[in-house]
Amino acid sequence: MTTIAPSQPARTALDLAPHPTLRDTVDQTLAMAWRAVKKMQRNFEQMFDVTIQPLLFTAMFAYIFGGAVAGDVDSYLPVIIPGLIGQTILTACVATGVQLREDMDKGVFDRFKSLPIARIAPLAGPALADMLRYFIATVLTFGVGIAMGYRPDALGLVAAIVLAVFAGWSIAWIFTWFGTVGRSAQGVQGISLMVMFPLTFLSNAFVPTDTMPTWLRTFADINPVSHVISAIRDLATDGQVTTDVAWAVLGCAAVVAIFLPLSVRSYSRKM
Amino acid sequence: MTTTPETDLAVAAAGLVKTFGAQRAVATVDLEVRRGEVFGVLGPNGAGKTTMLKMLATLLPIDGGEASIFGVDVRRQPHMVRQLVGVTGQYASVDENLTGRENLWLFGRLLGLSSSRASATAGELLERFGLSDAADKRISAFSGGMRRRLDLAASLISRPPLIFLDEPTTGLDPRTRGQMWDTIRDLVRDGSTVLLTTQYLDEADQLADRVAVIDRGRKVAEGTPDELKTSVGSSTLQLRMSQPVDTEHAAVVVRRVLSEEPVLTPEAGGLNVALVDANHAAEVLIALRQSGLSIASATVQKPTLDEVFMAITGHGAEDESTDLTLEVPA
Ligand SMILES: Nc1ncnc2c1ncn2[C@@H]1O[C@H](COP(=O)(O)OP(=O)(O)OP(=O)(O)O)[C@@H](O)[C@H]1O
Ligand SMILES: [Mg+2]
Repeated sequence: MTTIAPSQPARTALDLAPHPTLRDTVDQTLAMAWRAVKKMQRNFEQMFDVTIQPLLFTAMFAYIFGGAVAGDVDSYLPVIIPGLIGQTILTACVATGVQLREDMDKGVFDRFKSLPIARIAPLAGPALADMLRYFIATVLTFGVGIAMGYRPDALGLVAAIVLAVFAGWSIAWIFTWFGTVGRSAQGVQGISLMVMFPLTFLSNAFVPTDTMPTWLRTFADINPVSHVISAIRDLATDGQVTTDVAWAVLGCAAVVAIFLPLSVRSYSRKM
Repeated sequence: MTTTPETDLAVAAAGLVKTFGAQRAVATVDLEVRRGEVFGVLGPNGAGKTTMLKMLATLLPIDGGEASIFGVDVRRQPHMVRQLVGVTGQYASVDENLTGRENLWLFGRLLGLSSSRASATAGELLERFGLSDAADKRISAFSGGMRRRLDLAASLISRPPLIFLDEPTTGLDPRTRGQMWDTIRDLVRDGSTVLLTTQYLDEADQLADRVAVIDRGRKVAEGTPDELKTSVGSSTLQLRMSQPVDTEHAAVVVRRVLSEEPVLTPEAGGLNVALVDANHAAEVLIALRQSGLSIASATVQKPTLDEVFMAITGHGAEDESTDLTLEVPA
């Protein structure tokens, strides 16, 4: 500990960058994503919501509601599988925000804040890594569905997976924002669930919206989650790129455009 | 790219203020740290040391006043300030989920090093801080001292010209503490400027060229460690009388011999008095003997932080009951 340190230039005037460059920002985001992936590997119980949960839910929902909603399980699968993907991804998004809050309370975030790095990197890194979680959840749900007799279009399936992961990444910015605003992990969890439940259930995830009362149907029809689920249905089941796909992409982009800047701003304010 | 103005001051702060609700954690503190020196901020729990450091390190917004680091304005150019300062906080700020080596690699990458450069730097620093054997263990398996060292190593990756150390040795055993002191001296020899906080006068004494004493958010004294100590006498004589009833009488004797006001301690029969010269203790003991007063114990101690406080502020470091709005001479 007492060996001589590499000699330090006696700096009088330094060339300092006033802002991080785009290149720096990308590198820093990737480094933060690497950290998040390591964390996932080492805390595997945090993956239950995207592994065991979709397996159980898919089987349960299909068998319990199948007969009642669609007459039989087989004809319910094209409805429920995309619905469950939407629901599972929203749950995973809530975890993104809650875990960010928990993480920010740890000492290492003081170091991240004191380093000359882009303020977006500590938020965008985990968001990027969490795309892995949405991918696992989507693939598993489709997998269980196929095992139960669901027959999607092959190319459409790939497109649906891409859309689902993109939607997860986008919607997660809402919960990332809650994570940067909330005072405690429990608080963030509470608010997030309050937002997540209406987004999930006031949608076309489990039942067609035309049996809902008008006011409810209005909300369900503009709910971006409904559009994402319809888009996944159109892509995976019919292999068709419909206007719902465009609405889903547009809705997700709008969510990012609103909540990404809000998150970065509230994170930098807390410094 | 901009070039920082030439300045001899590593830290220049004027009228720094931080308010939490109704409480002023830092109330108009001025601070000047010269290039190449070790500057110690001395103060008891809750004095505002961490809060002040965090404001200077861009970790907390500055509520009032001005601060600059090597001439760069902290409020207006936080990204530039972050390139100049390495921060080792009071609580280790390393990632529990990663190993020591992974931590340093990650911080190296974030600081713009290539992957191979980051690995090489991590290896060098682990070696230098005696952490090579534990390098691939997770931080959760590190001892407190190891975390501290790793934390300091992490602050040195970019070789910043200014290093903040918040209570670098609190909770370390004496041997590790000595090692930390050596490391800090090495840093300064290599041209770094160090701003450290501490609760221990002896630490400030060992390391700091200049010291500011802060209490309840205010700077109450500033000077070299020697100047501070002279203000309280070079040491303290602590007496304990065999008969507590003798205390008053003993105080009279002490006052006569030293012309100093003794302080009665909370425990029965105890009194403390500052000594300009430790040899004066003998004269006090002789005078007590001649007055027929019997002592249970007598010790000569170097001044503690508490006594520095007592002398400078007129209240003890732990004394929470004193009026908070008390104005103290700076
Ligand atoms: N985030 C905060 N919110 C509210 N009050 C705070 C906050 N941080 C610090 N304080 C208060 O500000 C005062 C100064 O705290 P600070 O941590 O700066 O003291 P310190 O000198 O570092 O003490 P210690 O030696 O215990 O580390 C304390 O009274 C503390 O309770
Ligand atoms: Mg502190």
